[in-house]
Amino acid sequence: MTASSEKPEALSVLDRPNSYIGKTVPRPNLDRLMQGRGQYVSDIELSRMAHVVFLRSPHAHAKIVKIDVAAAKRMPGVVAIVTGRELAGVITPWVGVLSHMKGLKSAPQHAIAVERVCWQGEAVAAVVATSRALAEDAVESVVVEYEELEAVTDMQTALDPPTPVIHGALGDNLAFERTHSVGTVDQAFADADEVAESEFIFGRHTGVTLEPRAVVADWNAADGRLTIYQGSQAPHMVQNIAALHLGLEEQYVRVVCKDVGGSFGIKVHIYADEMATYALSKLLRRPIKFVADRVESFNTDIHARDHRCKGKIGVKRDGTITAFEIDDLTGIGPYSMYPRTSAIEASQVVNLVGGPYITGNYRARARVVFQNKNVMCQYRAVGHPIACSVTEGLVDLAAMKIGMDPVEIRRRNLIADDAYPCASPSGLRFEKLSHHASLNKLLAMMDYDRLRVEQAELRKRNIHRGVGIASFIEVTNPSAAFYGVGGAKISSQDGVAVRLDAQGSVICQTSISEQGQGSESLTAQIVGSVLGVSMSRVRVILGDTDNTPYGGGTWASRGAGIGGEAALQATKILRRNILDVAAAILQSTPAELDIADGVVVNSSDGAPRIELKELARIVYFRPDTLPPGIQPELMATKHYLPREYPFAFTNGVQASWLEVDTETGFIKLLKHWVVEDCGTIINPQLVDEQIRGGVVQGLGAALFEKCIYDERGQLTNANMADYLVPMSGEMPDIDVGHVVSPTAESELGAKGAGEAGTAGAAAAVANAVNDALRPFGTTITEIPLTPQVILTALGRV
Amino acid sequence: MKASAFAYARAKSVDDALQLLAAHGERAKVLSGGQSLMPAMNLRLISPELIVDIGGVTELRGIAVQGDTLRIGALTRHVDLQRSAEIAAYAPLLAEAVAHVAHPAIRNRGTIGGSLAHADPAAELPACMLALDAIVVVLGAGGERRIAAVDFFQGIFQTSLSPEDLLVAVELPIAKGRVHYFHEFARRHGDYAIAGLAAHASVEGGVFTNLRSAFFAVGDRPFLAKSASRLINLVLTPKLLSEVSGHLGGELDFQDDQQASAGMRRHLARVLFTRCVATMLGRPELAGEAA
Amino acid sequence: MTTPTSIVVEINGERVEALVLPRLNLADFLREHLHLTGTHVGCEHGVCGACTVRVNGEIVRACLMLAVQADGGAVQTIEGLSDSGEVADLQEAFRNRNALQCGYCTPGMLIAAQDLLKQNVDPSREQIREQLSGNYCRCTGYQAIIDAVESTARSRRSRA
Repeated sequence: MTASSEKPEALSVLDRPNSYIGKTVPRPNLDRLMQGRGQYVSDIELSRMAHVVFLRSPHAHAKIVKIDVAAAKRMPGVVAIVTGRELAGVITPWVGVLSHMKGLKSAPQHAIAVERVCWQGEAVAAVVATSRALAEDAVESVVVEYEELEAVTDMQTALDPPTPVIHGALGDNLAFERTHSVGTVDQAFADADEVAESEFIFGRHTGVTLEPRAVVADWNAADGRLTIYQGSQAPHMVQNIAALHLGLEEQYVRVVCKDVGGSFGIKVHIYADEMATYALSKLLRRPIKFVADRVESFNTDIHARDHRCKGKIGVKRDGTITAFEIDDLTGIGPYSMYPRTSAIEASQVVNLVGGPYITGNYRARARVVFQNKNVMCQYRAVGHPIACSVTEGLVDLAAMKIGMDPVEIRRRNLIADDAYPCASPSGLRFEKLSHHASLNKLLAMMDYDRLRVEQAELRKRNIHRGVGIASFIEVTNPSAAFYGVGGAKISSQDGVAVRLDAQGSVICQTSISEQGQGSESLTAQIVGSVLGVSMSRVRVILGDTDNTPYGGGTWASRGAGIGGEAALQATKILRRNILDVAAAILQSTPAELDIADGVVVNSSDGAPRIELKELARIVYFRPDTLPPGIQPELMATKHYLPREYPFAFTNGVQASWLEVDTETGFIKLLKHWVVEDCGTIINPQLVDEQIRGGVVQGLGAALFEKCIYDERGQLTNANMADYLVPMSGEMPDIDVGHVVSPTAESELGAKGAGEAGTAGAAAAVANAVNDALRPFGTTITEIPLTPQVILTALGRV
Repeated sequence: MKASAFAYARAKSVDDALQLLAAHGERAKVLSGGQSLMPAMNLRLISPELIVDIGGVTELRGIAVQGDTLRIGALTRHVDLQRSAEIAAYAPLLAEAVAHVAHPAIRNRGTIGGSLAHADPAAELPACMLALDAIVVVLGAGGERRIAAVDFFQGIFQTSLSPEDLLVAVELPIAKGRVHYFHEFARRHGDYAIAGLAAHASVEGGVFTNLRSAFFAVGDRPFLAKSASRLINLVLTPKLLSEVSGHLGGELDFQDDQQASAGMRRHLARVLFTRCVATMLGRPELAGEAA
Repeated sequence: MTTPTSIVVEINGERVEALVLPRLNLADFLREHLHLTGTHVGCEHGVCGACTVRVNGEIVRACLMLAVQADGGAVQTIEGLSDSGEVADLQEAFRNRNALQCGYCTPGMLIAAQDLLKQNVDPSREQIREQLSGNYCRCTGYQAIIDAVESTARSRRSRA
């Protein structure tokens, strides 16, 4: 199960006494968050700090003819008003492409629009004032003359000849196209006894982090240093990119991430208004604070999942799935986002459709088109919800066509648990998954047979409940194959530096970041376990490019698998170093010693020999008492990156049990289950809570969330009363179970779990709704499943 | 989202408030609970020059029985309606309705006067006023006006109030032996309804002798269904009820928006009406599958 | 026209005198003038609940109240409720159950939960969900929060 070696020190840390690994322990340092004493970016105040408010385009597509700031400049508290042209002298534009996304094209994007605005909400000018309120007052006095242009707002016609091309130099509105074909697809459909197809439509939605995006950029002209306070998931990436575009050297940019009020991928991207804020600080030589308000957040935080995907499945009467085919269309914004690109989501859809199943016949086409709407990019479970909803929806359609139970058809087609290693039809390599074990566990947890009996009973009383199942695979622990290979300055490795300080405390610096998922806790648990000290002695420092090793950060569910392994390996070295010193002091050998609860002990009988704090005292203050020749090293750094598998795939299965009121269209979520296999689990409660949170985001997508644009490209529901997020009153309890298939790539064996919940929840709900409505002969392949959609499908309105 | 600048005056009495409103007219806005006014100001949907805070005007507080009338002061908060013994005794419809208004933190500040003056078509209390046959008591330049609730609500955010007026109270006739019904369809707890119904009736011998059914969130203002009158003094059958509820569609221009189409609102209005009648008469079979 | 107004408010038991512009809302007053940043701003239109505080003993949305309206009143924020120990057991339950992840909704959630528990010593899970239905959390999916409030109610009843 783990890389083994003969020496005791290399025995799995999972087996060490008092190991925290696998234990539910409370996260450390929660008091400050619970007492309201956290430090979110919006809490930061610096001397002479000014506030920026962006004047934003009311039009989806328009030329900027003239900007008149004269009146606004005279208003109280105004420090400066800066246009895109002026700011272009301070910060260079960027293009959101990566070389490994063949054919991906996009136009240069400026921090503030120059000449033309391409979505409603794009910044046109920056008003800097001594308070947010005064800046908002002044914004109202800036007069902008626009020449409205025709807006591209329908992805289905974006490539038609009459539709205007947003960026003439690019030739058309096609950002990216990818095709994939494996096996003999046409033959497979011909061989099928039944073919089912449908168009799956997904509502564009967005993250709605409770803390909006916020930046405090602090350019210190005397030092020539820029400090960026931001809730980014990838601080080193921000450092690199800010330096690059501001003409600074990397070491003169510091990015500090303290407490972050939710991210889920929203805060892992480079935003024009944030880049503008960095540039404004440099231009104005004082700290500048930008806090998006909620309306701005809706209009400018990345959106996601705006897809129309045609899916087709072939199946034999015995349940064998013969082929999958998809044709996916997604409408992004006018620019591919930087630096991760807005093509990844579609590419992931192609990668993941059909993933859990054995069929080798698969054909896919995905096209990404530009629109004059807000930008779109990676949000929790990138592409997975689309791929899973399409795949699992098609599997249920196939089951229905041949009159087979949805569980049975899955049993016959999921990749066998002993078939690994193998590859998906899209060429993704699987190390070890557990689809069948997970499904069996799920069915037991939910008492599937009993639910079917209950369903049948209630149907007689005209009460319509449904069960929906969704199997899925999830990409975690991505290597450089994801971004780096395409030229992105995004690190796919992470590092941990760990040291023993003079009073025996253990200071650990890690390059992964924390947004509440438990990065600090998992690091402290690993360090404490491997070293042999209580977690309470471990202090974890993260989110500061000045004070951590260089790394990728936390995204794509990589914190535990990659950052955790780096912590494990670094601490192993520190432990060895400590034992080397201890052996010298005690005239013993490292093999005869161990560390337990902060004390060096005999391996054989556990008898205490010397406390760590005593050893540290000697090393730091009395090295003159050490045997000659010894150079103690009580600090160790280790970086880790996955080399064998480009991604550590995990798998899971979800089920939804719900009731549809066929008279009103309202859906009541009764219960939800998840069985997830994410390898070694460091903290069971934290993993389960990641899954629950992820599920609820998927439930939001299934029932509630949609960014509603009109045909003129206006976002019409940019507030929290009209954009519906899941609240506690409508959410079910979620039972979580696990199967454990560790990865052999790392000693820790941990894969990621952060996105699993979101990957499959909407698919399970959609399948449950269709299951409930089976007697009515209707199938719905559109989310969100609003009462309007349900009643329309039932022909009641 | 910071409100634009305004001047602020705290009214010490009703007369004080009236004087301020008379002096500033349309440039002023009355602040009572602020739960509707503040979001609009924060979003800069409105930018009044003067805010007249009536929160300290004690004359506007209180719930009192006066003969066969229940008088509710304009500053009565939603939470006060929930806690009041008088409301429980004489107008339990209000207590039930107000539990659907937003969430506790909102109900601790929002007032009945504010809700009625704001006249959001999706709000619960305006419909309750119609169902309860309330009189809206207004003070203005010309003294006191007593406006029947059915005449008070005139459109989206539009009432009989002029900028110089102050809504001071509502008065409800107290009648014994009434039954009430309240239901709304909302996507989430506390959301504005997609369609809702507040009803108040007298039932004697299994038959309606009086029925006031007020719909909300279906049109541009709450409306009292005239079709209800067709159910008076009749022994009802499912067929008759279905036929009558079918006429609701002709009574009103149903609202079409992001939350629901006009057709859906029409459908939900029928469902509500049917369930209301069946519930109030204690005859679930009347609603058929709508029970 | 927009003259600063003098107010006197009791904040977490401390008498505070301030000169504020009428348009300053209570949330911004607490955060910017008093540097009590535990009251969070999430939407500024009263929907998300992140700004929930207590005014004169009752929970309100600080973003929907003007600082001048608090004149003569008493405001309690999460900092005050923490320092007084009033929500210590609730916070402990939150810690143990991991009923917070990013922590941004947590101050408002704790204040709303405490308000619920003061009015109902034995709430059902459904009642807890309903009472907290005005507090948005994006991280937890709510179940852990419901669990923590339920367990706190149970332990308070057993201690009573």
